[in-house]
Amino acid sequence: MTDYKNLKLIATSSPHIRGSERTQTIMLDVIIAMLPALAFACFNFGIRALTVVIVSVAGCMFFEWLYRKLLNKPQSVMDLSSAVTGMLLAFVCPVQIPYWMILIGDFFAIVIVKQLFGGIGKNFINPALAGRAILLASYAGTMTSWVDPAAGKAAILGSNVDVITAATPLSYMSGPDAASIAASFEQLKGTYDVTQMFLGQIGGSLGEVSALMLIIGGVYLIWRKVINWQTPVCYIATVAVLTFLFPRGGTGLEWMLYSIFGGGLMLGAFFMATDYATSPVTKKGQIIFGIGCGLFTVLIRYFGSYNEGVCYSIMVMNLFVALIDKYTKPTRFGVVTSDKKEASAK
Amino acid sequence: MNFGKQLKEGLLTQNPVLVQVLGMCSTMAITTSMANGIGMGISVLIILTASNVVISAIRKVVPDKIRIAMFIVVIAGFVTCVDLLLQAFVPAIAASLGVFIPLIVVNCIILGRAESFSYKNGVVASFVDGICQGLGYTVVLLVMCFIRELLGAGTLAGFRIIPEQFPIGVLTLPVGGFLVLGFLIAAMQWALSKSKEGK
Repeated sequence: MTDYKNLKLIATSSPHIRGSERTQTIMLDVIIAMLPALAFACFNFGIRALTVVIVSVAGCMFFEWLYRKLLNKPQSVMDLSSAVTGMLLAFVCPVQIPYWMILIGDFFAIVIVKQLFGGIGKNFINPALAGRAILLASYAGTMTSWVDPAAGKAAILGSNVDVITAATPLSYMSGPDAASIAASFEQLKGTYDVTQMFLGQIGGSLGEVSALMLIIGGVYLIWRKVINWQTPVCYIATVAVLTFLFPRGGTGLEWMLYSIFGGGLMLGAFFMATDYATSPVTKKGQIIFGIGCGLFTVLIRYFGSYNEGVCYSIMVMNLFVALIDKYTKPTRFGVVTSDKKEASAK
Repeated sequence: MNFGKQLKEGLLTQNPVLVQVLGMCSTMAITTSMANGIGMGISVLIILTASNVVISAIRKVVPDKIRIAMFIVVIAGFVTCVDLLLQAFVPAIAASLGVFIPLIVVNCIILGRAESFSYKNGVVASFVDGICQGLGYTVVLLVMCFIRELLGAGTLAGFRIIPEQFPIGVLTLPVGGFLVLGFLIAAMQWALSKSKEGK
């Protein structure tokens, strides 16, 4: 008789050929992709950019560890997803944000948005963006005063009162009426030229300023096949087309370039809208997702009370992901046309 | 009649806010400070108890077809009394609760209890039910007020606990109300399912 119990035979279900890709390696790639932007932030705003990121990453990893520990759940802190959240949250905050404030954002992002809904892969909204939305609604003053990179660097310690604040390019691109927008856009063109906008020597959130560095990071992620090109390209293209067609100052091309290089568009398109848990699975869905994000971004920038619409547009589209996935579900292989309706209904 | 059972239902297993999910409008709107919570909670407690007793007393003479209208008339009567009393004796609370006191008329907890309990039960049982359900509502209001006032405004009953620059202001906004209530309901469901498992 065969002794089944002690049979030295390892039977696992397929797939039997495994890749080396793990959550950890993917997240490490994302972190690597964000490093150029972080380096530029340190150059632009001073070394405080680095300390804010470190505090935020440490905070997120600590809260993740603590929650899993307290609830006796398997530890997930080493998959580095919380580190990515911490880094992204720091990237969308102004550099002189007090450290306690970013820790509140970390707590909200990790514990309330991510862990209470079941941890990695189960959150329905991007944790870093939700953290930012909470901070923005609670501490609007701090969250919208930006360090002027030309006027000096932010100190590592100490309060933020001695920092000279500057308006972001986007605040020049909105106003009460068409004439004032056109006038302040001329002023913007005098302050920053397109090269500065592209390189990122402008006021803004910590990691969002340098379009060049973010594009480098994004291309790295696409090259490593961590993200698909569909979402970021469709997102940026939608914003570009809409702003080119409907400029509110200068020529269409000028307005378009300032629109896509200013604000958090590049950061949002490459790093936020592509979050696995909160973006569609299919490529068709990702195209719809990107276009939707772009549409909402332009609508909020043009007609909303905020200058910047990237954060909210991605959060709004996050809520549509389940619906997009439902309607872009591919038909099963071998299904003939007449059966397609039946198959997709299942 | 079982007072302990009714109290347990009102506070926990049949809590009007966290389990029956009634009276959301006022719960969300006024739970930004302890004073508001106490004022609203006691007002609803009194109105609920009084209307429960009266509706229970007249339940045999009210024709079935017009019972909802009768409930509303009775409730509106008591709401007007409480509204005028608040305005006379605690004008500050009356001012900060504003329209939400008159709106108790259409608070679904009171109408719900009238329809589901006092229209079918005796006067004493309805009286106890009014107190228990009112207490359940008040306790939840106070918990929400505590969380939202302490973390959102940094004060408790008007006294500053957390220095002004720290509080998480979003909790005093409507979105904070939805968040806190959502997590309280989740916590309640979790606790109830745990206690069921225990049995």
